[in-house]
Amino acid sequence: MTPAATILLALAVPLIGAALIAAAHRAPNVRETITLVTAGILFLLAASLTPLVLAGERPEVTLLEMMPGLALKFKVEPLGMLFGLIASGLWIVNSLYSIGYMRANNEKHQTRFYVCFAGALASAVGIAFAGNLLTLFLFYEALTLITYPLVTHAGTEDARRSGRIYLGMLIGTSTVFLLVGIVWTWQLAGTLEFAVGGILKGRASNAMLGVLLALFIFGIGKAAVMPFHRWLPAAMVAPTPVSALLHAVAVVKAGVFSVVKIVVYVFGVEEISGLRSVDWLPFISGFTIIAASIVALRSDNLKRRLAYSTVSQLSYVVLAAALLTPLSIVGAALHIAAHALGKITLFFAAGAIYTAAHKTEVSQLAGIGRRMPWTMGAFAVGALSMIGLPPAAGFISKWYILQGAMGTEQWNAVFVIIASTLLNAGYFLPIIYRAFFVAPPADGHGHHAHGEAPWPMVAALTLTALGTVALFFFPEVPLELARQLAGV
Amino acid sequence: MTIAGHFSYWITIFLAIAGLYIVIARGNLIKKLVGLGIFQTSVYLLYIVPGKLIGGTAPIIAEQYGLYSNPLPHVLILTAIVVGVATLALGLALVVRIREAYGSIEEDEILDLDKTPVFPNTATSKPA
Amino acid sequence: MIAQHFPILQVVLPLMAAPLMVLLRRGAPAWLLAVIVSWTGLFISLSLLAQVADGSVISYAIGSWPPPWGIEYRIDRVNAFVLVLVSLIAAVVVIYSRASVAAELPAHQHYLFYSLFALCLAGLLGIAATGDAFNLFVFLEISSLSSYALIALGRDRRALMASYQYLIMGTIGATFYIIGVGLLYLMTGTLNMADMAQRLAGVTEVRAVLAALAFITVGICLKLALFPLHLWLPNAYAYAPSAVTAFLAATATKVSVYVLLRFYYSIYGESAIFYALPMGQILLLLSLAAMFIASAIAIIQSDLKRLFAYSSVAQIGYITLGISFDSVTGLTGGIVHLFNHALTKGALFMLLGCFALRLGRIRFDNIGGIARVMPFTSFGIVLGGLSLIGAPGTAGFISKWYLVLAALESGQWWIALAIMLSSLLAVVYVWRFVEAAYFREPDAKTAQLKEAPLEMLVPALLMIAACFYFGLDTTLTVDGAARAAQTLLQGIR
Repeated sequence: MTPAATILLALAVPLIGAALIAAAHRAPNVRETITLVTAGILFLLAASLTPLVLAGERPEVTLLEMMPGLALKFKVEPLGMLFGLIASGLWIVNSLYSIGYMRANNEKHQTRFYVCFAGALASAVGIAFAGNLLTLFLFYEALTLITYPLVTHAGTEDARRSGRIYLGMLIGTSTVFLLVGIVWTWQLAGTLEFAVGGILKGRASNAMLGVLLALFIFGIGKAAVMPFHRWLPAAMVAPTPVSALLHAVAVVKAGVFSVVKIVVYVFGVEEISGLRSVDWLPFISGFTIIAASIVALRSDNLKRRLAYSTVSQLSYVVLAAALLTPLSIVGAALHIAAHALGKITLFFAAGAIYTAAHKTEVSQLAGIGRRMPWTMGAFAVGALSMIGLPPAAGFISKWYILQGAMGTEQWNAVFVIIASTLLNAGYFLPIIYRAFFVAPPADGHGHHAHGEAPWPMVAALTLTALGTVALFFFPEVPLELARQLAGV
Repeated sequence: MTIAGHFSYWITIFLAIAGLYIVIARGNLIKKLVGLGIFQTSVYLLYIVPGKLIGGTAPIIAEQYGLYSNPLPHVLILTAIVVGVATLALGLALVVRIREAYGSIEEDEILDLDKTPVFPNTATSKPA
Repeated sequence: MIAQHFPILQVVLPLMAAPLMVLLRRGAPAWLLAVIVSWTGLFISLSLLAQVADGSVISYAIGSWPPPWGIEYRIDRVNAFVLVLVSLIAAVVVIYSRASVAAELPAHQHYLFYSLFALCLAGLLGIAATGDAFNLFVFLEISSLSSYALIALGRDRRALMASYQYLIMGTIGATFYIIGVGLLYLMTGTLNMADMAQRLAGVTEVRAVLAALAFITVGICLKLALFPLHLWLPNAYAYAPSAVTAFLAATATKVSVYVLLRFYYSIYGESAIFYALPMGQILLLLSLAAMFIASAIAIIQSDLKRLFAYSSVAQIGYITLGISFDSVTGLTGGIVHLFNHALTKGALFMLLGCFALRLGRIRFDNIGGIARVMPFTSFGIVLGGLSLIGAPGTAGFISKWYLVLAALESGQWWIALAIMLSSLLAVVYVWRFVEAAYFREPDAKTAQLKEAPLEMLVPALLMIAACFYFGLDTTLTVDGAARAAQTLLQGIR
C-alpha cells in the first residue's frame, strides 16, 4: 500500500466504522466490536506510517482543489504523526473503557455516542495529517460540530447550557479570529501550505506578524488560552469517556497541536524569535498556567479540578512554543504526548470512581484507595506525570521546556514552570493522600460495599498508567519525531 | 428654457408625488391602488411627452410631412399601460379576497384583526 | 438549427406552457408539463453556459430585427450563470412541488399554481436573458405579477395581505426602475443595454443620468429586498405556499441582484458618472446594516419561515457587500454567494415545507422534539443551517472566504471582522432550531407525526447535498463567478 493510500484510508476507516456502528445499532456487542476493530485498524495504519516519517519522508496526498490554488491536502510530518499516533492509540483504550462505562451507567443513545466518537476521531486524524491551513480549519470545525452531540449527550437543561458555551466559544473564536487569520495569511503569502521555516518570511511587517499571531492563538479556542478557556470546564458535563479522550486528548490536543504547527510551519521559529511584537505570548500562556492552577486548587469537584488542570497544562505547550527555541519545541511536542497519557488516566480514574462509588467530589474520596487500589494507583501515576516527577512521562517534557527557557535566559518562564509545579503538587497530592491514608468516615454515609469499577475500565486505566511510565523509560519514537520537528 | 417651458415635466413630477403620497398616506386598500395608478400614469407622461414634436405628425412617410414624432415611446407605453392594467386588476382581485377574509379593506383594521386572533388556531385555517 | 434559438426558447417555452396549463384545467397534466418545461430549460441553460464559457457572447435578434432597433437577447458569462441557477432551482422545486401543492392547495387551484409557476419562471429567465432595458421591465412585471398571485395562494389569510403589500412595494419598485430607464432613454435615445453603455461611456456630470442611476438603484433594491427596503419580504415568504417560498427565495431576489450588477457594471461601468455618487459606500453601509439588524431580528422570531425569511434579508446583505467592494474578488464573492445562498435557502425552505406539510404553521412552540419523528427533515435543516453559517466544507464557507478576502484586499480589516461576527448571529438562530428540535420532548401531537414523503424529501436533501458538494468542489461555482466578475469588470479595468 502506498503512503498516500494509507493516509486516505486512515481518514476513511473511522468514517466507515461510524457507518457500520450506526448500522449495527440493534446489536450492542457487534457495535462495540466494530468500534474496537476500527480503532485497532486506525492505529495500525498510523503506526505503519511512522517508520517512513522517522526515516525523513513526508508522504502527502492532494484530494481535490477547493478553490483555485487551495486544495484539500494531507501531508504527514513529525508532529502530525505524533498526534495521530496518540489519538488513534488512545482511542483503542478509550473504547474499551467506554464499553464498561456506558453499560455500567446505563447511558442512553449509546449508538449515537459511538458514531460521533468515530466521527470525532476521523476529524482528529484529519487535523493531524492536514497539509495546509485550510484543511486544518475544515477538520477543526468538523471536530467542534461532531463533538457537540457528545457534550450534550445527557440532553438535560444543564447539558444544553454547557453545549451553548462549548459551541459559542469554539465556533466564535474560530470564525472571528482564526478564519480571518487564515484568509489574511493567504492574502499575504499566497499559500497556506505548512512549510519548514514558515511561509510568512518577508511578507508581513513585524506588527502584522504580532496581530496575526494573536488571531491564531486566540482563534484556536481549543488550546484554551485564557480568556477563551470556559468551554473546557463546561464540556465536563459529558460522559467521562468523552472528557477523557476528547477533552484531555483529541480536542484539546488538536488545539495546542495547531498552535505548535502554526508557530513552526507558518511563522517559522527563527523568523519570529526575538521580535518585540510577539513577546506577549509567554505572558499570556504563563498567566493561564498559574491562574488555571489556582482555580483547580480551589475546585472540589474532581472533574472540574482535572479540567482546570488541563487548561493549565495546555498552556505549557503554548508557552513552550512561545519560547521559540528548538529545545522548547521538542518539549512542546513531547508534552502533547505526555499530558495525553497522564490526563486520560486521571479522567479514567475519575469515571471509575463515579461508576463504582458514585462520588464526584474530592472531599468524598477519603479512604477510597483501599477499596479501589488499581484505580487510585493509576491516578497517582497520572498525577506524578502532571506534576512532572519521574518516573512519569511529564518529567521529560517539562525538562526540555525548562532547558529551552534557561538556555535562552527567559527567567519569567522558568519561574512560571516552577511555581506551577508546586501548585500542581498542591492540588494532586492531597487527593492521593486522602485516598490512601485517611480513614473513610464512619457515619454510614461513607463507602457502601463497592469494589473496583467493571474490569474493562480498570484494564483501560491500568494500561494508560503503564503507558505513562513506559513513555518515561522508552521515549525514543516521540523524542525522535519531536527532534525532527524542531530540527535538532 | 423657462420653468413654464418645462411644464409637462412639472405635471409628471406632481402626478408622481401625488400618487406616491396617496399610496403611503391612505389606509384604504382601494385608495392605495388608485394612488399607485396615478404614480404609474406619471411615467406614461414621462415617456410620451418628449416624443412629441410641435407640428410633428405620426411617422407616415409621405411627401407633405417632414416632421415626425418619435413613435417608439408610444409603443413602449402601450406595453406599460397593459402592465399597469394587469397590476391594477390583480390588486383589486386581492382586495376582494381580503374583504372576503377579513370583512374590511382598511389596513389598520386588518392588521389589528391579525394581531389578536380569537382562537390561536383559527388564523391558520383557510379563508372562508 | 434549433440550438441557435436557445436564448429565446429558454423564455418562450414556459411562457407558452402557462396558458396551455390553464387550458388543461387539471393538476396532474399541468404538473407534467411544468416538469418537462423546467427540465428542458435546465438543459438549454447549461448548453448556453457551455457556449459562452470561453468568453464569447451570444447575441440573438428577436424577429431578426438587428439591435439596437430590435430587441436583443444577449447571453454572456454573467447571465448564463444566472440562467443556470434559476432553471436549476425551478427544475428541483417543480419535482418537490407536487406533493407539497397537493397538501396545501385545494384541487381546483393546482393547475393555476403550475401555470403561475411557469409564468414566474418565464419572467425570471426573461429578465436574465434580455439585453433590452424596457423588455427587462416587462419580464420583471411578468415575474412579479405571477409571484403576487402565487403568494396569495397561501393557506393563511395573512397571505393575502402579504401579497397585497408586496404588490404595492413591488410596483413602486418597478415604476422607479422604469422612470430610471425612461431618463436614460431620453438622454441616450436607446434602450439596448450594450448601446446604452457605449453612449454613456463619454458622459460626465449629467444630472439626468445621475438621477436615472438613483431611480434604478432604489427600484431594483426594492425588488432584491436590500435593507431597509425589505419590508415586503418576511410576510411574503412566511405565508406563501411552501413550494413558492422555496422557489422565490432562491431565485427572485437573486435575479434582481443580477439586474443591479448589469446596470452598475455593464451599463454604467465605463462611465465616470458612476463614481459621482458614493454608491460603494452606501451599499456597504446598507449591507452591513442588513447583515446585523436582519440577523438580530431573525433571532427573535417565533415562526420559522419568518426566521429564515429575515435570514434571507441578512444574506442578501452579504451579496451586496461583495458588490460594494468593486473588485474582482468582491464581485466573485458576491456572485458565488448569490448561487450558494440560492441553493441553501431553497433547500431550507423546501425542508420547512416538509414540516409545514405535517404541522401547518411552523413555530418554535410546536416543533419541540420534532427530530425524533422527522429525523431526516430536521437533520437536513441543521446541515443547511451550517451552510448558512458558513461552516467549512459547505457552500456558505466559500462565499464567506471570498468576501473576507475581498475585505482584507481592500484594506478594510474591520469589515472582515464584521462579516465573521454577523455569521455568529446565524449560529444563534440556527441553534435555536437545534435546541428546540433535539432537546425538547415532543408533545402528544408532535409524537404522532410521520416523516415527509420521499418525493419532497429527496429533492430537498439533494439540494442540501449540493450545498456540501459546492463547498468542496468549486470548479463550477467559483470559476463561473470569477469569470462573470471579470466580464463585468473588463469595461472598467
